Amino acid sequence: MDLSLSDEQKQLQDAAERFVRDKYAFENRRKIVATDRGWLTENWTQMAELGWLGMAFKEEDGGYGGGPIETMIVMEQFGKGLVLEPFLPTVVLGGGMIAAAGSPAQKEALLAPMIEGKKQFAFAWLERQSRYNLADVSLKATKEGNGWSLSGHKGVVYNAASADNIIVLARTSGGAREEKGLSLFVVDGKAKGLTRRDYPTQDSLRASELTFDKVSVGADAVLGKVDAAFPVVEEAVDRAIVALCAEATGCMDAINAATLEYIKTRKQFGVPIGKFQVLQHRMVDCFTNAQEARWPARDWKCSAARSHVIRLVADAIALMNGGYLKLLRGR
Amino acid sequence: MDLALKPEHKAFADEVRAFVHKTLLPATKAKTFAGKHYGRDDHVEWQQALGRQGWLPYTWPKKYGGPGWDVTQRFLFENVLAEEGAPRIIPFGVKMVGPVIYTFGNDEQKERFLPGIRSSEVQWCQGYSEPGAGSDLANLRTRAVRDGDHYIVNGQKTWTSFAHWADWIFCLVRTDPDTKPQEGISFLLLDMKTPGITVRPIIMMDGAHHVNDVFFDNVKVPVANRIGKEGEGWTCAKFLLANERLGIAEVPASKRGVRSLRDIARTEPQDGRTLADDPAFVAKIAEIDLQVQALEMSELRALSTMALGGAPGPEVSTLKIRGSEIQQRLAELAMEAVGEYAQPYQPGMLFQNTNETPIGPDHAPPAAPRYFNMRKTSIYGGSNEIQKNIVSKMVLGL
Amino acid sequence: MDLAFTAEEQKFADDVRAFVKANLPADVRDKVKNGKHLGRDDYMRWQQALGKKGWLVYTWPKKHGGPGFTPAQRYIFENVCAEEYAPGIIPFGTKMVGPVIYTFGNDEQKAKYLPAIRESTVWWCQGYSEPGSGSDLASLRTKAEKQGDHYIVNGSKTWTTMGHWADWIFCLVRTDSKAKPQEGISFLLIDMKTPGITVKPIIMMDGGHEVNEVFFDNVKVPVANLIGKENEGWTCAKFLLANERLGIAAVPQSKRGVEALKDIARAEQEDGKPLIENQGFAEKIADLEIQVTALEFTELRVLSQMAQGGQPGPEVSGLKVRGSEIQQRITELTMEAVGEYAAPYLPGLLWQGTNEAPVGPEYAHLAAPRYFNTRKTTIYGGSNEIQKGIISKMVLGL
Repeated sequence: MDLSLSDEQKQLQDAAERFVRDKYAFENRRKIVATDRGWLTENWTQMAELGWLGMAFKEEDGGYGGGPIETMIVMEQFGKGLVLEPFLPTVVLGGGMIAAAGSPAQKEALLAPMIEGKKQFAFAWLERQSRYNLADVSLKATKEGNGWSLSGHKGVVYNAASADNIIVLARTSGGAREEKGLSLFVVDGKAKGLTRRDYPTQDSLRASELTFDKVSVGADAVLGKVDAAFPVVEEAVDRAIVALCAEATGCMDAINAATLEYIKTRKQFGVPIGKFQVLQHRMVDCFTNAQEARWPARDWKCSAARSHVIRLVADAIALMNGGYLKLLRGR
Repeated sequence: MDLALKPEHKAFADEVRAFVHKTLLPATKAKTFAGKHYGRDDHVEWQQALGRQGWLPYTWPKKYGGPGWDVTQRFLFENVLAEEGAPRIIPFGVKMVGPVIYTFGNDEQKERFLPGIRSSEVQWCQGYSEPGAGSDLANLRTRAVRDGDHYIVNGQKTWTSFAHWADWIFCLVRTDPDTKPQEGISFLLLDMKTPGITVRPIIMMDGAHHVNDVFFDNVKVPVANRIGKEGEGWTCAKFLLANERLGIAEVPASKRGVRSLRDIARTEPQDGRTLADDPAFVAKIAEIDLQVQALEMSELRALSTMALGGAPGPEVSTLKIRGSEIQQRLAELAMEAVGEYAQPYQPGMLFQNTNETPIGPDHAPPAAPRYFNMRKTSIYGGSNEIQKNIVSKMVLGL
Repeated sequence: MDLAFTAEEQKFADDVRAFVKANLPADVRDKVKNGKHLGRDDYMRWQQALGKKGWLVYTWPKKHGGPGFTPAQRYIFENVCAEEYAPGIIPFGTKMVGPVIYTFGNDEQKAKYLPAIRESTVWWCQGYSEPGSGSDLASLRTKAEKQGDHYIVNGSKTWTTMGHWADWIFCLVRTDSKAKPQEGISFLLIDMKTPGITVKPIIMMDGGHEVNEVFFDNVKVPVANLIGKENEGWTCAKFLLANERLGIAAVPQSKRGVEALKDIARAEQEDGKPLIENQGFAEKIADLEIQVTALEFTELRVLSQMAQGGQPGPEVSGLKVRGSEIQQRITELTMEAVGEYAAPYLPGLLWQGTNEAPVGPEYAHLAAPRYFNTRKTTIYGGSNEIQKGIISKMVLGL
């Protein structure tokens, strides 16, 4: 057991920190938000060149042999600037599922170009009634000749507008909310019968509502085994949750640092407000929360981590006088 | 960063577990899981067994007779002991005065005191708090006046845990009343049999006797019993407090607490099923479980930093804060789980001095006493407010 | 103490309800019900309807043109209005400057300003906070220098809520910079159309425009607009702040918020069942409802003390602390209830500026903007830390 970062991991951390510092000053971020797609090709290309899009994949899959720790290191830094490039849907979710369940042909056609920065993905699983139950899926895929036909609705699909391919979780058999009977399909982002309603999200990412009206795909569009997608999805989502937790801890660190700076400089009653014990103790609580939020590193297959960390983030955001106002003025 | 256990560490954990199985008295183990009070013998016999194995001073370096374990081994050792129901190692000898003696003492002192600590032949207690010196420890007034080769000690210590079981006490005493508070303090070792020492029990709400007042009335202590230089006892005090804060998070015990909370929930009936079928209560257990795991991770990070050299830093104060809050929360949830049967007061059940049968389930009698007793955790070892002041000043620079 | 309503009070409640049903414009009611942002005209139509009835200034005594409601009637009025989805009455005229004018102003000032406040024909805003004066309000620096019959005002105010809609602003200004901070402050009324006043919007994270910076550049204000004596403005300021704290608990709005949360939890599905059947979530709502009820009774107790004569005391700070925490908790639970569909950002729906259809359920897009916006409640009207400071000093004597 060793909790310190290796030299390579430290270099990765430094590089990601530099990237965020150089590219994600607040005004820069606003400019990126205002672009058509809401992210920049030059940033995505740079991530590919730095090897970040392939670092978590095995060497035989064209990756660089890292794992979830590397993903966390990068995501933590992304959290400090709220990076907008679609790393999570493309690499962690899309890439993760293709690496776990894809055929050699699918890996070559999808994963290899993704690692080079030439393909992006979106993962469509949620439906209006699903809430947080990954198996609550009613979008139907029915056999059609050699291939399949998909009909139904998917909601809040991040990066769908930019994605070359959308990975769709569909019901191929079984009843409502049954884990068995779910299958994954790789659908072209411009497939006939697929319509989108695009919108920004509260945190300035992009998402879409998708309607599938008899969207036809070939037999080779199935990712993994028919009816047996659930474990693949569950593992990918667990990894994504851990990545999000890492992003949240980075975000908390940035907010804590900004707040600490603020309470050291903002003066009221003739002294910096950080001289008041009541604010000191609140700041210590924020600091401790941020420290404690780091734990999912140990057991990354733990979905329960999510609510805990999100609460900690909320606590951290509910800051002290003024610090939050800067945030409110941000957009 | 590598979080997996190496094979040799797995073998180590098995070895510790086998030792506990073979050595820990079944009666002592039973008390742990029933939440009952231990007697002096429970502690001493267990610690002496660990001492014979060379494991009692498990945090010490080899040089001073410790096993020289790495951070992972210590972590595993603590966890296996807690899982198997061993009593907590009483910290005053091995975790507190021992490291002070081998860090600040002279060779003669090391030879004289360390063996008795390693073997647990000698029981120690801690003379820090006084009636007028709690959070403001440096305000202490117990006086030690030099008289030739001796100090004459007069004053009072309070909240002294296990003083009634102890052979020796280590004390902070004031040797110079005319300088700044922190600069006139010295660190003295006193034999509890010395004439002039009186121990008076403080009895807790549940009838338990853990803590005491200790009075010093012209107690004659050889100058050779002073650790470090005269007037430099505050250095020892701070060193010891930082060590104390690390262990005080009690993560392994809280992990055991979560397990026993789950066991209680599985047996408590509710609506024709068990409390463990109540999703809202299960969510509460899950939340405290997450907090314990998060705290464990933070502690491991602190240990890992220490392994790279260096004493525990001011960050350990946060471990103490969270650890104590978790202990209290566990006791609250246990009360909630037990329900109405937490009410009957059965001291005999706690102290094992009767044959009476429990009125409710076996796990019920300790729930309320433990709940009340745990109120102390956010106060002792430096109150949580004091810890926050430390973090605020030393870590955040406020 | 008698907590039941009398027959007359029941009848009064029916009258208020009938009035609201008959006079609240349907489009305004819908906006409030669906949590959308209201425009100036939306507020004005409702407030003017109340004004005609004589109820807008429902806290005022008869002497100054109020209805002379008893505390029970005020309570009923506020609750029925909230239950019927009436917009909150904008406090700056009716609850803030109005009572200051009839308490500290001269007859001429009363005749000039009170009618328009009662009828809501003039929109007021509050010029208190400055960039360097938030919690430490008395350090304010906006300067008013006397020149003949006028003051010349220079400086800036910030976080001025609805300043862009206001006809008049009441300001704390410094008229003596040599005296103690509290002793050199005066209370001035300023026409927003006076040359030299600039209003600059502060845009919120959700794109909303609620607050502003207001700049004063050699603004000429007649001395006749001074309320009370020169340099005694702090008395008005404190009087006003205590009044503000009372209404700020927003109990009727929170009661409505809990009902709205329940509606969402009934509509949202989880595993094929309504979310409200999730026991853990239902318990969270119940906990919140208990807190709202406890706060309501605390507020009633304060109101009943005031009915016996007397101003709201420092205890009202406790209402502000609890009320603001509850408002935040409601928005947190609403976010939790809405789930993934809280993510889409649809500003057009908030401002009613487009005909776009909602993504997901109608209520979903409001959850996140509300959640973020409500972070302000623990800071505005005197931060909760300041309120606790007041209780600590004035109530507990610490």
